[in-house]
Amino acid sequence: MEEIFSVFIEEAHEQLTAMEDGLLRMEEGGGDADLLNAVFRAAHTIKGAAGVVELEHIERFTHILENLLDRVRNREIQVGSEMVTLLLQGCDHLRAMLAMVGQGNTTEDATLAAAGQNLAEGLLAFGHAAGSGGQEASREPTEGDPAPGSGWHVSVRFGPDVLRSGMDPLNFLRYLEQLGEITHLTTLCDTLPAAQEFDPESCYLGFEIQIRSQAGKQQIEDVFAFCRDDCELAVIPAGNEAVEPEAAAEDQRAESPAAAPAQAETPQPPPNIVAAQAANVADSRKPAREKRGNETRLIRVQADKLDQLIDLVGELVIAGASASLLARNSGQPHLMEANSVLSRLVEDIRDSALQLRMVQIGETFNRYNRVVRDTAREIGKDIELVINGAETELDKSVVEKIGDPLMHLVRNAMDHGIEPAEARLAAGKEACGRLELNAFHDSGNVVIEVIDDGGGVDARRVEAKAIERGLIPPDHTLTEQEIVNLVFEAGFSTADSVSKLSGRGVGMDVVRRNIEALRGSVELQTWPGQGSRFTIRLPLTLAIIDGFLTSVGTASYVIPLDSVVECLELKAVDTRGHMLNLRGEVLPFIRLRDFFEASGEPPARENVVVITAGNTKAGIVVDQLLGEFQTVIKPLSQLFRHLRGIGGSTILGSGEVALILDVHALTQLAIQREERSFSATHIPQTQTTAPVQPSFASE
Amino acid sequence: MTTAAPQPVSPGVQRLILDGPLTIYDAAGVKGRLQAALEHDDTSALELDLSQVSELDTAGLQLLLFARQESRRLNRLLRILDPNSAVSDVIAFCRLEAFFGDALPTGAQD
Repeated sequence: MEEIFSVFIEEAHEQLTAMEDGLLRMEEGGGDADLLNAVFRAAHTIKGAAGVVELEHIERFTHILENLLDRVRNREIQVGSEMVTLLLQGCDHLRAMLAMVGQGNTTEDATLAAAGQNLAEGLLAFGHAAGSGGQEASREPTEGDPAPGSGWHVSVRFGPDVLRSGMDPLNFLRYLEQLGEITHLTTLCDTLPAAQEFDPESCYLGFEIQIRSQAGKQQIEDVFAFCRDDCELAVIPAGNEAVEPEAAAEDQRAESPAAAPAQAETPQPPPNIVAAQAANVADSRKPAREKRGNETRLIRVQADKLDQLIDLVGELVIAGASASLLARNSGQPHLMEANSVLSRLVEDIRDSALQLRMVQIGETFNRYNRVVRDTAREIGKDIELVINGAETELDKSVVEKIGDPLMHLVRNAMDHGIEPAEARLAAGKEACGRLELNAFHDSGNVVIEVIDDGGGVDARRVEAKAIERGLIPPDHTLTEQEIVNLVFEAGFSTADSVSKLSGRGVGMDVVRRNIEALRGSVELQTWPGQGSRFTIRLPLTLAIIDGFLTSVGTASYVIPLDSVVECLELKAVDTRGHMLNLRGEVLPFIRLRDFFEASGEPPARENVVVITAGNTKAGIVVDQLLGEFQTVIKPLSQLFRHLRGIGGSTILGSGEVALILDVHALTQLAIQREERSFSATHIPQTQTTAPVQPSFASE
Repeated sequence: MTTAAPQPVSPGVQRLILDGPLTIYDAAGVKGRLQAALEHDDTSALELDLSQVSELDTAGLQLLLFARQESRRLNRLLRILDPNSAVSDVIAFCRLEAFFGDALPTGAQD
């Protein structure tokens, strides 16, 4: 695909997102001029860009959207929910057309054309319906509105470089004609120099135009948007022309005596407004310039180039670790010092490289505004979406992959979680359901929560179903928490009715699989009658972490540093069974030596690393603490994917393999074991702690 | 765009044929030809044959304005022959009929 199209598509998507966002806010009751303008501008920009890349069908369709939006903006039409729906469908249609272009198909597809035609008729119908009714509605003439039946006086002087930048001022004027009827036009060529000084590639023209139009001031100005920085433009309501600047115009004429004879035959130009308003215009253009400045500070980079950089940084980290180790072994203080400086720089480079990939999750979240609105309408529920922590950043690749699972959870919560209004009222809740999307950072992870205030999941029904499907034996010893999380098992669906949205028995297991593929986890908490909370935990990045290196026997283990709270000697703390007393706080702990069945005798001094995952803390008992260690995560091969407690592997400076502990899974294991020892008289050793011998260190 | 030199059609009258698109791309060349033709000592009148002009953009229009202005400055007669719709539409749109005045054939002025 041509570069120009891919740039166009990307930009159009951005504009569409802005447009959708604005439309949704409009529907919620925000109808202020800024918002309307933003939506209109988005449509206008898409249209303009489509014109530039000569995608005529997109330009044509957007033009219809734009026209309707313009009338909304001029308060000729009231925005209703139906209209927003139609406009949103228009956005969808544009996306579909963009997708076609993305596939290299730059002409209009027949089926899409038919769909577009329908939409266009619907949109036009709105325009017409309002055309008769809307006019009668009392209009408050606001600032920037033309007085009824009048229009604008447009005074424009094109800068010398306009032609060289590939723009043709006549085209702008022709376009202006589409907005209304040009009743008067004067071409000003009095600055056209004589003979040698005339540069045929410079533009010397100016125009004074009277246009009878219902268009807003912004819309008129937008016509000249592409050369805004290169021309002097003044748009004032017709009939309000300043009288004073006549003198200024005279001055200008005097400056170019060669043009004087020409002037005689030119119809007397209307007062030169540009000169009078020059200062004014300069002021109003300032923000636009600044905005442009901000835009240029962004650089679009190919994602694979970035990936390559991250890979290289990963290798650099490993090489750095190796060099550090050698330096330490050599015992040369100068070498060690130089190396420590190097390490610090590598660390900085790593951080900034990873930072490059970080994007805010808000963009993903905002998509759900639309989803929630449409879905709620479809299933006849009233649901409010609350978004928190939209500014939380996480790795771009993670953001891209989390969209689908999240979508499923959101739909699921709306379809099965939140009850119909009658049921809610009967339960003493507000009729309007509430769906919450939260994101925040927590000990090296990003946590995303999908919370609904619906009926919750009935653990007993889940249990019955699970037994019926043979997922668990009838004499199981699972805790309620574990039972509820069985909904993530393959082929499990508690919905009594299969609806269009979800509940076909596929999905939740796919959700979990997708999230686990990102080295994340998902769990469900539920409160009968009050709602449920899906908690997704994701690693900040897929590539590199700060680790804390420990060893048990001959094997090394890396604990993500962000989750480490403190380290202490085992003897120094009071332990009982699998619990330890940390200054009055009781924590479960796991002996890695037992957990991984490491051979050999424990050393005289064992250490506890206190880790935190979410709201829970636990201890991990290891032989030795080896200190901080930057780690490039190498994913485990398919064979070891199901190991619990191990998140990946890495290569040490010495070339040995170390395993990265999955802190979250470990704490869960520690807690579950304690819960079980309370909840059951006999403690089944088999289910949770299926011991794993890390015999693949040679891999 | 042909690069033909102006043709003398009668004593003191030169005719310059411009054809194809009269746009920014050719502006520099056309300007040179216009200027040369107008400044030529033997020229008392210049006829511009625009019948074959297929496109006229702002730069092209400017060239015509330039020709008009220079012809006045140098006291030469300027006649625009057969402006086709590509040319006359632009002139009409810009309300420049009066400016070109007697340079335009009478039919194109209304």
